[in-house]
Amino acid sequence: MNDRMKEILARYRDRDLASKLVKEIHRLAKDLPKVRIMHVCGTHEWTITHWGIRWLLPENVDVRAGPGCPVCVTPSSDIDDAVKLSLEGVKVLTYGDMSRARGSRMLSLEDARALGGELEVVYSFRDAVNIARKNLGKEFVFLGAGFETTAPLTAYEVLKGLPDNLSIISSYRYVPPAVGLISQAPDMRIDAFINPGHASTISGMKAYKEFFEEHRKPMVFAGFEPIDVLLAIYLILKQIKSGSPRMENEYRRSVTWEGNTRAQMFLSKVFDLRDGYWRGVSVVPGGSMEVKERFKEADARLRYGLREPSGDDFPRRARCADVIKGKIDPPECPFYMKECTPATPIGPTMVGAEGTCRIWAQHRVTRSVRADG
Amino acid sequence: MAEGGGAVEEKITMMHGGGGVFMNMLIRGHILPRFDAGGPEPEIPAEHMPDSAVIDGIAFTTDSYTVKPLFFPGGDIGRLSISGTVNDLTVVGAEPLAVSCGLIVEEGLPIRTLDRILESMAEAASEAGVRIATGDLKVVEKGKLDELIINTSGIGVRSSLLDANLESAGRSLESRWLTPLNIKPGDKIIVSGTIGDHAVAVMTAREEMGIRARVESDAAPLNGLMREALKVGGVVAAKDPTRGGLAALLNEWAEVSGVGIMVDEERVPVSEQVRSACDILGIDPMDLANEGKLVLAVAPHMAEEVLQSLRNHPLGKRAEIIGEATKEYEGVVVRTGIGGLRYLPMPAGDPVPRIC
Repeated sequence: MNDRMKEILARYRDRDLASKLVKEIHRLAKDLPKVRIMHVCGTHEWTITHWGIRWLLPENVDVRAGPGCPVCVTPSSDIDDAVKLSLEGVKVLTYGDMSRARGSRMLSLEDARALGGELEVVYSFRDAVNIARKNLGKEFVFLGAGFETTAPLTAYEVLKGLPDNLSIISSYRYVPPAVGLISQAPDMRIDAFINPGHASTISGMKAYKEFFEEHRKPMVFAGFEPIDVLLAIYLILKQIKSGSPRMENEYRRSVTWEGNTRAQMFLSKVFDLRDGYWRGVSVVPGGSMEVKERFKEADARLRYGLREPSGDDFPRRARCADVIKGKIDPPECPFYMKECTPATPIGPTMVGAEGTCRIWAQHRVTRSVRADG
Repeated sequence: MAEGGGAVEEKITMMHGGGGVFMNMLIRGHILPRFDAGGPEPEIPAEHMPDSAVIDGIAFTTDSYTVKPLFFPGGDIGRLSISGTVNDLTVVGAEPLAVSCGLIVEEGLPIRTLDRILESMAEAASEAGVRIATGDLKVVEKGKLDELIINTSGIGVRSSLLDANLESAGRSLESRWLTPLNIKPGDKIIVSGTIGDHAVAVMTAREEMGIRARVESDAAPLNGLMREALKVGGVVAAKDPTRGGLAALLNEWAEVSGVGIMVDEERVPVSEQVRSACDILGIDPMDLANEGKLVLAVAPHMAEEVLQSLRNHPLGKRAEIIGEATKEYEGVVVRTGIGGLRYLPMPAGDPVPRIC
């Protein structure tokens, strides 16, 4: 890490600045009613939990983790299909976390491998392309889970041309419409959003404009250091207090209005935004990235006649869906840290490094911080 | 639909060797219950898994070493195998006397390589003042083993400094050896230097994940450093944070003692190179293995003096008081850099790469 990086990091982890912000947050919150803020990024949840930020907040400021974990929102039908292909001798390539998430029959790709299925864990889609190129006599399928952060790299390789023996199950999801959907969900009663820093670096703030204008709830785009998150909460409370909700950018060192236009171009050339299923949430209008007709030979759904993605299929009585949506905290699920632990994950939220249950479990959080349940 | 649980037969996985939750489950569930009989009773109960057993006043321990690559910045498997066993004896309050040298070698290992490793063992033994007194050699067919495994066992006797040291704690103790059973609220937790150096040095040598930190392993025998602390007195528990790192050690202490431990994250010494490597990989330095660090629990009134004695020794220059035992919390609680609180869990095993 260079000195400039270190300097920035130190500034965004400064204890004095943090305690000043915390004091301001308490001052602003004093005569406000209950404020419910949602973030939609697993990395934000990690920052909040790792740095113990909830412990520092006033009781009436509740920060909830929304659907920000790509592994968690990947439909069970996509996992089932990948498991089936793997057992039929098609080698499935995917990320480490994705290989541990279970589909409808409680089978993950790792389980499939133990039963003789074919699986190789990769770090990027480029690895997958290289593996397929080296083994032209074999069929490969890449299970691509992720948001607009990871999808452009896949799009780039598709545009360059894939080897004939590699196709994609696209479980890529697009975040802005999901924020729009949650904004209007009456049972969620979310007052404001901390928008994702990485995903918005790609999409730009502009992608959220229509959803902001529809519901006019404060949206602050935030980075991933503890000061970033505290500052975002402070800015949100200020907006609420002044009664003038805005789209505000805390993460100027990365997020812009336009976003990464080159990445956006790759995405729009390769994927169509369609209504798509987010596991645990529902169908999100325009929330799914499907491979365009033009690249149909790269689309595993067409090549193998796979189903439309659908299905929650969580174990009975498990409350994964409510955790993914941000309706409850992990300890309210009857399985949390009992049957379901990072060592023995039942639901996807305990598998992914960005899953809320996994992050809480890693930090051994056993008590809900919310006052009103 | 099934409620939880897969139907796949349980097998030993790499997670069982990670020094965390899985290893604990395996040892407590499968190994300890089967060996809980015969011979004289150990002086520190086996259920607490002390680094050395004490039988009739003799401390006895064993450890096997497998590291890839065999040579890494700051050490090699030979230095590791002597230091580790010397340290296991040291931390219960014993003075190490002798260690054994069990070599299991893969067919085809160059004798020149073996020579270098044996030299390194001899050097570490001389640093520690112990004799390598007995040994065994086996060769296995090529491919049945990755180059070399070393097993060392060691014996030691009660340190002549231990009684006076325990006396200085100024209170009655659960055990007359160093064990977390002795920890009480208020005791200070001291670490003898920067953490994570060994793990990052080995990662660098593997050229894994693009990490090229200029970090040397801390592998070293710690009996000399320990003597300095015992001379001052007030040390009630000690351990070296190997697999599972400081996180596993403190969780074990909290569990065995039944007392919470509060750690001030900012005071935990971490070198800049290790910090950067951890930031990049998204891992916590407190989960990383060390091979030359001591963690001590010290009666509060003796803590400052013990700290100074460690700092005066070449292996303890960056020692710090990192926290204390407390009855306010259960388990291990960390005060984060911005003043928040979070639990520090027992590491589960090796971290899974992140995808977003």
